[in-house]
Amino acid sequence: MRAVDAIMECLKAEGVEHVFGIPGGANLPTYDALYDAGLRHVQCRHEQGAGHAAEGYAKASGKVGVALATSGPGATNLVTAIADANMDSVPTVFITGQVRTDLLGTDGFQEADVTGITMPIVKHSLMVRDPQDIPAMIHEAFHVARSGRPGPVLVDIPQDLSRADIPYEPVDSVDLPGYQPTTEGNTKQIRMAAAALASSRRPVIYAGGGVVNAGASKELTDLSLSDRFPVTCTLMGLGGFPAPHEQWLGMLGMHGTRAANYAMDEADLIVAIGARFDDRITGKLSEFAPRAKKIHIDIDPAEISKNVPAHIPIVGDAKNILSKLTREYRALKADPSRLDGWWERIEGWREKHPLAYEDSSDAEIKPQRMIEALYEVTGGDAIVTSDVGQHQMWCAQYFHFKGPRRWINSGGLGTMGFGLPSAMGAKVAMPDEQVICVAGDGSMIMNVQELATCVTEKIPVKTFIMNNGYLGMVRQWQELFWDGRYSSVDMGASPDWVKLAEAFGAAGMRVADKGQLSDVIRTALDTDGPVVVDVLVSKEENCYPMIPAGQAARDMVG
Amino acid sequence: MGEPGTKEVLNLDDLQSSGGVHTGRKHILSLLVEHRPGVLARISGLFARRGYNIESLAVGPTDDDSMARITLTVDGAAHPIDQVTKQLHKLVNVIKIRDLEPEEAVARELALFKISADGDTRAQVMQFADIFRGKIVDVSRRSVTVEVTGTDDKIEAFEQMIRPFGLIEMVRTGEIAISRGRSTT
Repeated sequence: MRAVDAIMECLKAEGVEHVFGIPGGANLPTYDALYDAGLRHVQCRHEQGAGHAAEGYAKASGKVGVALATSGPGATNLVTAIADANMDSVPTVFITGQVRTDLLGTDGFQEADVTGITMPIVKHSLMVRDPQDIPAMIHEAFHVARSGRPGPVLVDIPQDLSRADIPYEPVDSVDLPGYQPTTEGNTKQIRMAAAALASSRRPVIYAGGGVVNAGASKELTDLSLSDRFPVTCTLMGLGGFPAPHEQWLGMLGMHGTRAANYAMDEADLIVAIGARFDDRITGKLSEFAPRAKKIHIDIDPAEISKNVPAHIPIVGDAKNILSKLTREYRALKADPSRLDGWWERIEGWREKHPLAYEDSSDAEIKPQRMIEALYEVTGGDAIVTSDVGQHQMWCAQYFHFKGPRRWINSGGLGTMGFGLPSAMGAKVAMPDEQVICVAGDGSMIMNVQELATCVTEKIPVKTFIMNNGYLGMVRQWQELFWDGRYSSVDMGASPDWVKLAEAFGAAGMRVADKGQLSDVIRTALDTDGPVVVDVLVSKEENCYPMIPAGQAARDMVG
Repeated sequence: MGEPGTKEVLNLDDLQSSGGVHTGRKHILSLLVEHRPGVLARISGLFARRGYNIESLAVGPTDDDSMARITLTVDGAAHPIDQVTKQLHKLVNVIKIRDLEPEEAVARELALFKISADGDTRAQVMQFADIFRGKIVDVSRRSVTVEVTGTDDKIEAFEQMIRPFGLIEMVRTGEIAISRGRSTT
């Protein structure tokens, strides 16, 4: 059997149904095998789009996303998506073509050392040297990508090796002596954590994307509701706990709510679950949650005490640790009234500092209003993807995510241009769900070519561009911290988004009057096929509240 | 140290003395790795991008063809060793890591010294070589090359002694180490 045909068998054995990619010289054999392999291939318009689509697919479904690219520029175009998947722990496998082995190292046409280039940004990578290894390597790639802390795995296959004839035997196990993720949490530590919870008077549960990755939302909710524990989630964790809810404090961090940030600041116990104490969460490290004992639950031991020392570290899978922790905690029968004072304090912050904005007195659409309208019209019943910037933060603040895998965005790397291709991937994974992309006008243009993919491949995602004519978040920082010197943030002559959508064969709409906003959203959602809605919003609205970079929760402004 | 996962109950005092913070001494990390192309690049790349400095590095085969041994020394005063080993553990090709405690390991390094020596000083240089149990491996009319093995302290001491004669060149292998007793490194 040709090695590439074996690859198709391996993909099917791994449960792959959809792949995203673009063919080229060095992966011609792969595409020849794909021709009648019985997999759906979504032919993207740029490899970055294919990479983000694979991420969106993985984030929406929990399955491994797969993207294919050719050697050289095809592979280097994947780099941003690979780095993105690494930062946000997205289970993905990238299969790249490579020049023939006799050309390797000679600067051959379309040769780039993609394993070398991506070494710092992959969970693991494999370069094929013997075609007989290919089946085992494909299975290793999937195993590493989806287990432990998920992440991107790259498999680079020289063109001649991919055409080689190999004896193919289905592979049923992988042997990786150097890779054995810890999944069971230490029982003694879990017991200590339960005791710490029972004696705490000002606890906060701080949940991150790891909860979503572990499929542990139910277990997180059970733990939180086993007493009146206040819960906050990171940007990546949104949906991990059902919002809105009386124990839900909102998102924490740079653009989080005051209630969440102040609660972290005054807490005597923080339970971090699948979260990595990123600088957007902690602000000034020395003043981060200074009074709190920290319980840190994470599947990646390297995250424990990386930024903030943990008093009670528990390494393992969040799902089984949380269910054990809940059981242990319930057995202690702690007195719930010990939290009364804490809740009074939290309620005080909530009342004094709710998330709010001043609506316009005229027809102008405030960006926050746009997100609220999307939430109202959909009833929250949609998968929302976003790009990166102000619109992303407003989505996080004003769209309340009821469950996991309904909020797909680029948190760690902060990749503009992520929204549309990831929505495409999410829609392929979840064809029955309404998939909405909230884009910024600056981000939208970065991967706008994928509209052609959506049209050709009949992927009906609905994109709403929050159009303020600026690189809004950068403008906000220039206004607040750089004396209002607006340097290269005005988008100038942006395209006419309605005409552009139509040129691609999608439907285009525009709305500038807040009275018509909901109707236009409804029409867009009811229109078949891909739709782009140009929503003209206030030009210079700032995203608040905000902890200025490097400052403490106490220093929140706005 | 070096095992992933939470084995024992830790409190903050333990944490601050063992991990996350600096130990203040030299650490010899002995890594058993898959003998494959690119493994060394992954390790050196990890050190470079996380800002860790490698003091010395030695790579060689083991009794098992599929494995190689990498011995590196890292300054525990400058880097959080616990974080270094955890990050190394994340590399799939790294099978095993041991942070060898000085008292439970034998560490050796080989160094070659090319020392300027003519008729008058040659005898003195040879005398020092003798004291340090060095071997004369090459001699010319104006130089002597001495091979010295030992701990890095011994090699540094020898360097100090012969420097006044005129050290032309020095080449060191970097330390390798093996655990004491019956158990494997």
